Amino acid sequence: MAQIRIENVRKEFGAFTAVESSSFTIEDGEFFMLLGPSGCGKTTTLRMMAGLELPTSGEIYIDGEEVGQKPASQRDIAFVFQMFALYPHMNVGKNISYPLISQGMSRAEARKKVVEVARILGIENILNRPVGGLSGGDRQRVALGRAIVREPKAFFMDEPLGALDAEFREHMSEELRALHDRMGSTTVYVTHDQLEAMQMGDKIVVMDQGVVEQFGVPQQIYDWPATKFVAQFIGSPPMNFLEFHGMVGNGMDKVTLDGTELEVPKLLEGTQGELTFGIRPEHIRLDSTAPYKGRIVATEYLGTTQIVSLDTPNGPVKARIESHERARVGELTGLKFDARTVTLFDAASGRALLSEANQGVLQHG
Amino acid sequence: MEPSGRTKWVASILVVGYALITIIPLLWIIATGFKSPSDAIAYPPKVVFDPTLEGYVNLFTERTRATEETLAQVSEGATWYEAIVHDQGMVIAGPSRYGERFMNSVIIGFGSTALCMILGTAAAYAFSRFRVPLKDDLLFFILSTRMMPPIAVAIPIFLMFRSLGLNDTHLGMILLYTAVNLSLSVWLLKGFIDEIPIEYEEAALIDGYTRFQAFYKVVLPQAATGIASTAIFCLIFAWNEYAFAVLLTSGTAQTAPPFIPTIIGVSGKDWPAVAAGATVFLVPVMVFTILLRKHLLRGITFGAVRK
Repeated sequence: MAQIRIENVRKEFGAFTAVESSSFTIEDGEFFMLLGPSGCGKTTTLRMMAGLELPTSGEIYIDGEEVGQKPASQRDIAFVFQMFALYPHMNVGKNISYPLISQGMSRAEARKKVVEVARILGIENILNRPVGGLSGGDRQRVALGRAIVREPKAFFMDEPLGALDAEFREHMSEELRALHDRMGSTTVYVTHDQLEAMQMGDKIVVMDQGVVEQFGVPQQIYDWPATKFVAQFIGSPPMNFLEFHGMVGNGMDKVTLDGTELEVPKLLEGTQGELTFGIRPEHIRLDSTAPYKGRIVATEYLGTTQIVSLDTPNGPVKARIESHERARVGELTGLKFDARTVTLFDAASGRALLSEANQGVLQHG
Repeated sequence: MEPSGRTKWVASILVVGYALITIIPLLWIIATGFKSPSDAIAYPPKVVFDPTLEGYVNLFTERTRATEETLAQVSEGATWYEAIVHDQGMVIAGPSRYGERFMNSVIIGFGSTALCMILGTAAAYAFSRFRVPLKDDLLFFILSTRMMPPIAVAIPIFLMFRSLGLNDTHLGMILLYTAVNLSLSVWLLKGFIDEIPIEYEEAALIDGYTRFQAFYKVVLPQAATGIASTAIFCLIFAWNEYAFAVLLTSGTAQTAPPFIPTIIGVSGKDWPAVAAGATVFLVPVMVFTILLRKHLLRGITFGAVRK
């Protein structure tokens, strides 16, 4: 059980920089998600924490001890691979006991621990089976068993549900979270699935192209994205971006889009040029009396809600409204934005402008 | 698409027919080993004959012609193989060189195969897993050693061996066959090791094992199939090699292939003894291949990693 601290960690593979100087802290007992699209450096970051890659520069602290250049075998951590990586020439029980044998534990004692772990995971009945014929879920449990049996300082998981069938993922993700809560250990989990990250994580780091974009609890990241990338990567459908040209200043709480004045949270900084008005689909209501107009081009029925696609003077917009509300394709309607939830971005840098609403998140994240 | 019944039938006939054609010379050699010298050269060839062990006895013995009296003296209490020699009007003078030559083949063949597997596995692992500078060039260089027939460099090797004192030594032949086989084994084994997911070793590293422990506890068992099949190829080459053996060995370290043809000159054209020598020579490779066959066929990594 340990706190993990990453300081200015950087990784280069030849001329390619996989991770740009990154820093964040994972508190003891947290279920921590590394989220990002493929190739964003999240797996490399995890592998550096585990000691499977050595950072080009920067420090990694596990439980206060600097381990950046130490081999994996000396870090006392467990790793669950996407492909499970169960030793194919050993049966289930041997796979789970393997890390114990390396520590020099006696066979009898190891056996006892294995049975204990198998009981937690509900795999006591398959301990003598070869790993070859197991179902995906059982393989996943064996891989978890091998990780938890040693009671390591931290668990690292690299897309552990990625190889499972969709229907089974949900179940396993609940099981994983329950296991974490029971063990209370620090867990770092890599995923490209934003839903999985929001569902399971206590905290999320969003990465893109080797850069940490934002770091915080899921709701803060969802509500107050620090960059356009985060706003777009998280949420389905993603945040709407209305592009406009203008100037904003410190203390302003209105912007003008296509001649219509719209309220925004009070800004704490100013800029001018290409700007983006960001709003989540569920914070838009359709109201024919609203001054900002858009034409409905498609509707998508989702049960309790529906997604309405509109064309506006500042680009396409998707709104999530209740499914009983009437929305007819081709109709011209007004859009009402919930002013408290708007984020303004500088279009060129993609950075969110600081406002009274998001300063708490962005300045502490 | 599943082939139709008729296609299968025709294919089976072709396969069986081809197999028969290829196995006939082998059966011929085995049969000749059990024939008498006159049966061996009979025309038309005899398919049905009285089997005798004369060829095998002649293979393993040196014999001299004896007078009638001597034969009468020694015939009492003679063993079965002595009786066979006496029937030819000869007595056994001592064991032949075949046993020694055969042992030389075993030492050199298995010795070079073992060395080749050790070096080949280590090199293949390094090429497969580490960032080796100039990796592609080195691999190409290794492969290029097989781009001409090895015998093309026979003379330089002969001269080198002479000045190093390696001519007609077991060590010399083991090193030579290892050098020739190494490119094949590095390339084949690299392919097999590339197939083993790196996660296995990483899992072992995380589980507290050193890189070397991960290699021999996790990678080697996975690579067993590849190592076994590569070993068979290496052994077959070293076992059958003739040209270098003729050139570089004559006594102490002579292997069986250059020796077998010399049997023919000992006492006339003794084809059954030659055939017997060839048959005995086949046995070790066959046994080795059969022993390793289960490794060749068993897909031990099946299903443990999802791809």
